[in-house]
Amino acid sequence: MASSLLSKPSLNSNNISFSSSLSTPHLCPLRRSSSITFHIRPRRRNPSVQAKIREIFMPALSSTMTEGKIVSWVKSEGDVLSKGESVVVVESDKADMDVETFYDGILAAIVVGEGESAPVGAPIGLLAESEEEVAEAKAKAASSSKIAPSTPPPAASPPPAPATVPSPSPVEVSSPPVSDGPRKIVATPYAKKLAKQHKIDIGSIVGTGQFGRITPVDVETAAGIAPKSSISNVASANVASPAAPAPPPKAAAAAATAPLPSIPGSTVVPFTTMQAAVSKNMVDSLSVPTFRVGYPVMTDALDSLYAKVKPKGVTMTALLAKAAAVALAQHPVVNASCKDGKSFTYNSSINIAVAVAVNGGLITPVLQDADKLDLYLLSQKWKELVDKARAKQLQPHEYNSGTFTLSNLGMFGVDRFDAILPPGQGAIMAVGASKPTVVADGDGFFSVKSKMLVNVTADHRIIYGADLAAFLRTFAKILENPESLTL
Amino acid sequence: MQASISLSATSHSSPAIARSDRSVEFINTNALKPVNLRFCGLRREALGFCALKRSGSRSAVLSGRRSSSRELSASLSQNGVSSKGFDYDLVIIGAGVGGHGAALHAVEKGMKTGIIEGDVVGGTCVNRGCVPSKALLAVSGRMREFQNEHHLKALGLQVSSAGYDRKGVADHANNLASKIRSNLTNSMKALGVDILTGVGTILGPQKVKYGKVGFSDNIITAKDIIIATGSVPFVPKGIEVDGKTVITSDHALKLESVPDWIAIVGSGYIGLEFSDVYTALGSEVTFIEALDQLMPGFDPEIGKLAQRVLINPRKIDYHTGVFASKITPAKDGKPVTIELIDAKTKEPKDTLEVDAALIATGRAPFTKGLGLENINVETQRGFVPVDERMRVIDKNGNLVPHVYCIGDANGKMMLAHAASAQGISVVEQVGGKDHVLNHLSIPAACFTHPEISMVGLTEPQAREKGEKEGFEVSVAKTSFKANTKALAENEGEGLAKLIYRPDNGEILGVHIFGLHAADLIHEASNAIALGTRIQDIRLAVHAHPTLSEVLDELFKSAKVSSVSSPIREPVAV
Repeated sequence: MASSLLSKPSLNSNNISFSSSLSTPHLCPLRRSSSITFHIRPRRRNPSVQAKIREIFMPALSSTMTEGKIVSWVKSEGDVLSKGESVVVVESDKADMDVETFYDGILAAIVVGEGESAPVGAPIGLLAESEEEVAEAKAKAASSSKIAPSTPPPAASPPPAPATVPSPSPVEVSSPPVSDGPRKIVATPYAKKLAKQHKIDIGSIVGTGQFGRITPVDVETAAGIAPKSSISNVASANVASPAAPAPPPKAAAAAATAPLPSIPGSTVVPFTTMQAAVSKNMVDSLSVPTFRVGYPVMTDALDSLYAKVKPKGVTMTALLAKAAAVALAQHPVVNASCKDGKSFTYNSSINIAVAVAVNGGLITPVLQDADKLDLYLLSQKWKELVDKARAKQLQPHEYNSGTFTLSNLGMFGVDRFDAILPPGQGAIMAVGASKPTVVADGDGFFSVKSKMLVNVTADHRIIYGADLAAFLRTFAKILENPESLTL
Repeated sequence: MQASISLSATSHSSPAIARSDRSVEFINTNALKPVNLRFCGLRREALGFCALKRSGSRSAVLSGRRSSSRELSASLSQNGVSSKGFDYDLVIIGAGVGGHGAALHAVEKGMKTGIIEGDVVGGTCVNRGCVPSKALLAVSGRMREFQNEHHLKALGLQVSSAGYDRKGVADHANNLASKIRSNLTNSMKALGVDILTGVGTILGPQKVKYGKVGFSDNIITAKDIIIATGSVPFVPKGIEVDGKTVITSDHALKLESVPDWIAIVGSGYIGLEFSDVYTALGSEVTFIEALDQLMPGFDPEIGKLAQRVLINPRKIDYHTGVFASKITPAKDGKPVTIELIDAKTKEPKDTLEVDAALIATGRAPFTKGLGLENINVETQRGFVPVDERMRVIDKNGNLVPHVYCIGDANGKMMLAHAASAQGISVVEQVGGKDHVLNHLSIPAACFTHPEISMVGLTEPQAREKGEKEGFEVSVAKTSFKANTKALAENEGEGLAKLIYRPDNGEILGVHIFGLHAADLIHEASNAIALGTRIQDIRLAVHAHPTLSEVLDELFKSAKVSSVSSPIREPVAV
């Protein structure tokens, strides 16, 4: 009884209970526990007013949200805002949410009025830093609303967080218009939903259903997703997955600077959204000064432990992630990241991202708090993530919250490789295959032991050679005495 | 046109459409006060389930209940005695849930009671409404659980694949209806209510004839008459119902087919519940709603949330602000065609081609052939006009003595349990005790997954009333996300909303959307019925962890300004 009652305070301390009076008609019904903050970036068009007038953007409130509707502006033009105040209520496909400002300032202009919709990332209002800029901002708002349709498309704006890969929906396929006159399109409700979700022009699809109607399968076919086998089962059993491929960035970078002469007969296949995101992240990674440190790890003990726990559903990925997390807990700097080139950002939790190859793409599901979860929970969590990745149902926080990445190509027989550091993280570990190796010990005795080479790529602005070496030594010790992992 | 009709019937608070909810027995156990006979009757019903295999225990129970069975026989003998030259003290026309409730209460009050049924005992609710639809919804709820892999995994469950047998599902609904029907019949027989078969017609004051077609009529006299003839599905003009591809709830409940794509005309309770059933069984659904938004009649905030959960993520789309002006059943290899016109401009808007159409535009009173002209009564859009005591009003606006009308036929609140409550109220009056039923305390529920329930006023109604009468209205809300039991079930989606007067703590309305909302509402409806104030009920204790704590939180989060003493105030019931 006592214990059951003990949990009651947490009920009450939960923020979710509301009480409102007449004055707040627009309480959001499903306020998520944390409020959403604007993503405001300084205007780029005019450098002279940089950081004085900020655009308020339509935030992405959920992974499936492509556009949002302004339910109401809590503040009106001319109101002075202070950081953290609710400014506007946005309706997404999931819920109404209060959106708060991240900056102090004056709400100079409302670009998108109540009841109107805007794509994610489009400016919905302007925030001026002081009175003087208000007029200027208003002028800007007026001019921008004239060219309203040319608001930056959502793809151009940075995603809310450094997403390794944004939500895996294929990009708008250039839809060949059908030219057989005004044909009545009959599509089932779910087909229409799918088309919207995948940004397929329903008019471009030829229906194969009864009475020529467009069925969900037709849309899936048009979207290029085979109804079920959307992902190659790379991450099916107990192995992790191929890591960040090295070649694309250079190719992409080169392509960006100087177009290469095309070889006759070649086919051009545009990137999917996921591939485009990989490409972008790879190019971005070039701005970070990285270095690499390798370390051999003897895995006999690990292998025998693995044999023991495998029947309980523990995967090698979970073992490695757990070991890395435990080592990171002792070396917080390796779990840190450098956001602005001026400081260390020490992350409060250890979230291990694991690279997974999916059909035509790459995604990094994240094992959150990997140091705190036990091995079995971690394995279970991993299985869920892989299943979600296969179903393309990973939520943004499930693939972009990593603080350290693990990439394992060992199952392909790769003995060592070099991973590219994803933006926003301090280090990534590349794990090779474990192979029987002749080893000499200090007394000169030879023996055959399983050896695995791991190679960590890190941001040298914050992580130095000794840091990485010490981390790797800890990591190796953990793997060589792995019993503690099962505790 | 369709929805406007149901709306006009709603006029103030309650959705008139509903029907597909409520189970029967609960209503009876919700007697206004503890009553031996009622319990006795119910106990027999309960026994009926196991009577075959446990006849021994039956006799044991009966002997244990000797005192009450003696009372029963006493009342039986009473029922055999006609009073003051009438054949019956009370004759009820229509043996639906309303008539049944009235009959039981009347016998208990010592009246000789007859009930005329022209169709089947149980009426719409038991045979073509709430009861069989609950069977289908029970199936759809489980199908949803089995299909929701994500949800199952979160609970650590594995289900390989979910499938269903249409015939089996349909049989379940049918079996449930016949079981409840026989329980109902038995409960009346056990109490000695005379079940008179045939169509009842009022011949004049205190005189009723009944009889089957082709047989000679029987004429009986009764001191008081209750009309409880109920309603039938309303089908707007231009819609051709063939019972196969264009259907009403009557046909849909038999579940003779599960179409790939079905259009549901009307997004009230009936439409919403069927959308839940059909989508769970694999159909795609298109709603056609005459008003500008789906789910009219619900509190707007609840409706909005419900739409996010019950409509948007499912295989459902919708057309709002349009009438289905013409619906042609599928024939000659052509699909069902639905012509849509703009609700305001009446201009043609669209034509839909679907596999089936369900007409869920509300219900029309069934009052034809009642002989109302014999007592100078004229129906209003088919409804029998009544005052707040269910006394029938004639053409000239005068009360017709000894004639009452309850349930869907009067259109006050088209809910099974409302009919029963009205019937009991009438019997109280006939028995010499004045009684006015507070319709604002009657809960309503929609058994989707998750469920929606409500009692009292919606927020806009409450605000309007507050403005008119000069009191402040406040709103408190709690989320199911904060409830331990809901989270244990992994069903944190939901909202409970309390509309109240902050000055005196009066509960004006409660709306719940979430797991088991239909069961949760009764704490609020009972509080409204008994006039309990928030400051009193907030001190009541709820078991932890239960879903009822959602309401506990709700009452506790309300801010009542007057620091009135926690001692119960005397309140008029």
